[in-house]
Amino acid sequence: MQPIVSIKNLCKTYASGHEALKNINLDIVPGEILALLGPNGAGKTTLISTICGIVSPSSGTVLVDGHNIVDDYRTTRQMIGLVPQELTLGAFEKVSNTLAFSRGLHGKPPNKSILEKILKDLSLWDKKDSILMSLSGGMKRRVLIGKALSHEPRILFLDEPTAGVDVELRKDMWKLVDKLRESGVTIILTTHYIEEAEEIADRVGIINNGELLLVEEKTDLMQKLGSKQLTIELKEAIDNIPASLESYNLDLSDDGRNLVYHYDTRRDRTGITALMQSLNQAGLALRDIHTSQSSLEDIFVNIVAEKS
Amino acid sequence: MNWNAIRVIYVSEMMRTWNTLLQSIASPVISTCLYFVVFGSAIGSRIQSVENVSYGVFIVPGLIMLSLLTQSISNASFGIYFPKFTGTIYEILSAPLSFFEVVLGYVGAAATKSLIIGAIILLTAGLFVELEIKHPVWMLTFLILTCITFSLFGFIIGIWADSFEKLQLIPLLVITPLVFLGGSFYSINMLPPLWQKITLFNPVVYLISGFRWSFFEVNDVSVGLSLFMILLFLGICLAIIWWMFKTGYKLRQ
Repeated sequence: MQPIVSIKNLCKTYASGHEALKNINLDIVPGEILALLGPNGAGKTTLISTICGIVSPSSGTVLVDGHNIVDDYRTTRQMIGLVPQELTLGAFEKVSNTLAFSRGLHGKPPNKSILEKILKDLSLWDKKDSILMSLSGGMKRRVLIGKALSHEPRILFLDEPTAGVDVELRKDMWKLVDKLRESGVTIILTTHYIEEAEEIADRVGIINNGELLLVEEKTDLMQKLGSKQLTIELKEAIDNIPASLESYNLDLSDDGRNLVYHYDTRRDRTGITALMQSLNQAGLALRDIHTSQSSLEDIFVNIVAEKS
Repeated sequence: MNWNAIRVIYVSEMMRTWNTLLQSIASPVISTCLYFVVFGSAIGSRIQSVENVSYGVFIVPGLIMLSLLTQSISNASFGIYFPKFTGTIYEILSAPLSFFEVVLGYVGAAATKSLIIGAIILLTAGLFVELEIKHPVWMLTFLILTCITFSLFGFIIGIWADSFEKLQLIPLLVITPLVFLGGSFYSINMLPPLWQKITLFNPVVYLISGFRWSFFEVNDVSVGLSLFMILLFLGICLAIIWWMFKTGYKLRQ
């Protein structure tokens, strides 16, 4: 399948000399949700801004649906909707007017019914005549999304969509993203929140210091890099780990009631069966066992620490 | 051409004027009335006629130009500076728009507004003095060209400025002196010979001269030269804006 966005050897050095993007290569598949994770100043916003035309690339090419973003900017920008990170909105306009403005800017003729649908989907319909200045932060965020959707884009960029947003709105936004994906929109979002990527993304890209460290299917990533932990709750507390269990490198909790075993799901043998037998032989009675998997956050912290 | 985009920019800029109708229209009208009272009636009654035109009438074209220039610059510069200031410029930069379409929207709206103000001042002037316009078509041509050219100039200032102070700087330090010294209130023939030469470096002289000629057939420089100078200035402004968008000067990093 032809990628909807194809980035080749993209570099951006700002006038200050800061290298914001270092040789980025990335193909984005139509219809997917790609989450770009990275700490502050990693280059996430620069990458998005370059594709959207706000920042000029220093070198490299970006194709959107096969069209070059520089030579064929009219075609590419018509396909793209952008929700910026900051709450950048006018002050004195009405909500409905600002959506109509965005639609027109992207070359689309006025269409009341489409704007009505967008406003209703975003729970903004009863605010359509409100003045932008009078809206709360969460409402402004919704308006920005509405503006980005007003020209029915095929690709939507969400730059930190849930930064400073309350839990309810965040859940609403995830639902909306899901709905948009069903309608065939490709979504690229940047985020600080790892649970957000974990919740909604198909693929995860990790950016740090202007480099794209990896892009993987989320499930692969978690499986590949994720170690699991088996926690064994004992019926009676012990002071020391029996010598016969030394080879398993178990951790004993301070209260002596829990043993933690680390294993890797990538291996053929996890060692769990043997451990169970050894526990039995050592005469330890079990109350309960449970496993937990390392989260994307642990993976992320590991990768960033490793590479830097 | 992205006509939809031009339309929405134009309409939203005109809406801004409509929402601030009092500042937009009333203040230039009031200041013009004050000029008429002070220069036209109070002082003007003691001044001989200039080139056989009574002083009160003579200053009308200069007064209109004064308002037109300052209004065009302030409207257009604010129109593009404000989105830069609030950050909403991202939408313009990421829209499928050429520089020409952006200019058509913003400068078109600013020039329209100046034209309306110019017409209102002309009507107001008619209340104070008896006006006869000898070449109405030329008058309109100079009026429109001045509105467009100085709105373009204001647009450049709006892109260049990165603070509200800078936005005021050029109009205050450059435009106001040029207009006052450009013959708004006098004919340059009234100046000593040396100053007559120096004053020819002031582009506003050509605007006012041409505009005044269309009223009274009284001019400091030839009409053709006036027209050439204003078209030259318009071309220079367009070229600068084209360059600004091409290089992304203060717009695109």
